[in-house]
Amino acid sequence: MSAAVSPAPTFFSHSLFGKWLLLRRASQLAILALFLLGPWFGIWIVKGNLSSSLILGMLPLTDPLLVLQSLAAGHVPYRDALLGAAIVILSYLLIGGRVFCSWVCPVNVVTDAAAALRRKLGIKGGRAPAASTRYWLLGGILVASAITGGIVWEFVNPVSMLHRGLIFGMGLAWALILGIFLYDLLVASRGWCGHLCPMGAMYSLLGRTALLRVSANKRAACDDCMDCFVVCPEPQVIRPALKGAGTDSPVILDANCTNCGRCIDVCNRDVFRFTQRFDRRTTP
Amino acid sequence: MSEKTRREFLRQSAGAVGGACLFSLGLGLYARQVSALPATALRPPGALAEKDFLSACVRCGLCVRDCPYDTLKLSTLGETVATGTPYFEARKIPCEMCEDIPCVKACPTGALDRSLTEINKSRMGLAALVDQETCLNFLGLRCDVCYRVCPVIDKAITLERVHNPRSDRHAMLLPTVHSDHCTGCGKCEKSCVLPEAAIKVFPVKMAKGKLPEHYRKGWEEKEKHGGSLIGDQIQMPTRRPEQTVPGSAPGGLDSGWKP
Ligand code: SF4
Ligand code: SF4
Ligand code: SF4
Ligand code: SF4
Repeated sequence: MSAAVSPAPTFFSHSLFGKWLLLRRASQLAILALFLLGPWFGIWIVKGNLSSSLILGMLPLTDPLLVLQSLAAGHVPYRDALLGAAIVILSYLLIGGRVFCSWVCPVNVVTDAAAALRRKLGIKGGRAPAASTRYWLLGGILVASAITGGIVWEFVNPVSMLHRGLIFGMGLAWALILGIFLYDLLVASRGWCGHLCPMGAMYSLLGRTALLRVSANKRAACDDCMDCFVVCPEPQVIRPALKGAGTDSPVILDANCTNCGRCIDVCNRDVFRFTQRFDRRTTP
Repeated sequence: MSEKTRREFLRQSAGAVGGACLFSLGLGLYARQVSALPATALRPPGALAEKDFLSACVRCGLCVRDCPYDTLKLSTLGETVATGTPYFEARKIPCEMCEDIPCVKACPTGALDRSLTEINKSRMGLAALVDQETCLNFLGLRCDVCYRVCPVIDKAITLERVHNPRSDRHAMLLPTVHSDHCTGCGKCEKSCVLPEAAIKVFPVKMAKGKLPEHYRKGWEEKEKHGGSLIGDQIQMPTRRPEQTVPGSAPGGLDSGWKP
């Protein structure tokens, strides 16, 4: 990292503990804690797990990918699950699909850790599959669900296995999670979330209309230190907004942006901030 | 795009498509292979048939949470039940057959079918007295525990009285399960007093035989018809060889039958 040309980082702008990073971890932890309050302390605010849950005994939330697979497999779920999926889809259409990835998903903590360690150890190279693999995989599991007549992704889905494991009991799922950590660390940089996870792919598809977006509104101040490219889990999304390549809007419109806010955290020139997608203002 | 980057792009995409297809195929096959329910795992009340269940259950555990007796649990990776799906083991914690069936009400997907409103109609499994060599009642004792604990006593399980050929002067009361009433709750297996239960509850498919479609039971047809379907038959005497007394009537038979 070429911090030499930038002012010395303060605690909150330091690349290890950005404000948004801390908020994100707090959000991921709080969501998990809500699910654990019931089984651990008998306080039932949320029941279930990320696959489907019931909040305060009335508000259902359901993972849309599960409902899609179930439909593909020939089962029409009850209204509760359909409504739950609809609520989830609408919310993410507003705030950005991959907000799930950076603010909710428990695997994100694992893959972020792998990415951080990879940077720290200076591990380079490896072989990442094409970023489009996840979309093919998304299609593939829907077709496989239709053919076998079962919800197939759940037999291996590390996201639900980790979350369900933490709440209901882990079994051997830790081995799968360790596998993903090692894969991201040694084989492919950001390999799982950025190239393979079909859940992330679905949320990317839901992210095309997101109102909440990051804008490089002070892009004129950028000194090309490349810190943001280094920490961004989907670095390709930054260039069009920051460098104005092919667009005059400073807003990161790419659906793969997870709204994690890491670029805001690490930029010593305060180039980035959260805003809404139609805010095309730039400040010098 | 230059020729080189285009080729690189095509190569990468081909890899993506091929890899994803192969993986999905493998996953589909794997899913099929591991979807067989093992003999000791029973699904909650109202569960759809296993194949439909696996297309419906999202593995949320809401049924588990609403079971007041901690009967249900979600399977974890490494167990033989499809990962994340709810099941119970009769010998550990059986189903108490709640009248309001909270587990079924909690299910958001219909994997547990809400058309089940009377718990006595549920078919979680089917009990079978699998080991006649160790069942105490088969040994001639009066244990009766499985019979006593059955919530559908005298319908799902009865004691059938038969002659005890070993002592030749006692009766044996054999616990006998009837599939038209057994819910598969597992209470009999749970309470069997032996170190290993002689009566066990299996998924229905494993415990139940099936007659060929064209088989008719003569006695049932006769009852339905209100009389024999083939007219009156000549009743022949029953001859019991054990009643022969050495040196008695010629032929050695004396059934006591008089014309
Ligand atoms: S890509 Fe998948 S594993 Fe990664 S954060 Fe998103 S949902 Fe979680
Ligand atoms: S009927 Fe009652 S005891 Fe049986 S599984 Fe459902 S909630 Fe649990
Ligand atoms: S509540 Fe329904 S969908 Fe959820 S785990 Fe139980 S059976 Fe499956
Ligand atoms: S499983 Fe056993 S206890 Fe339960 S209904 Fe059947 S015979 Fe009765």
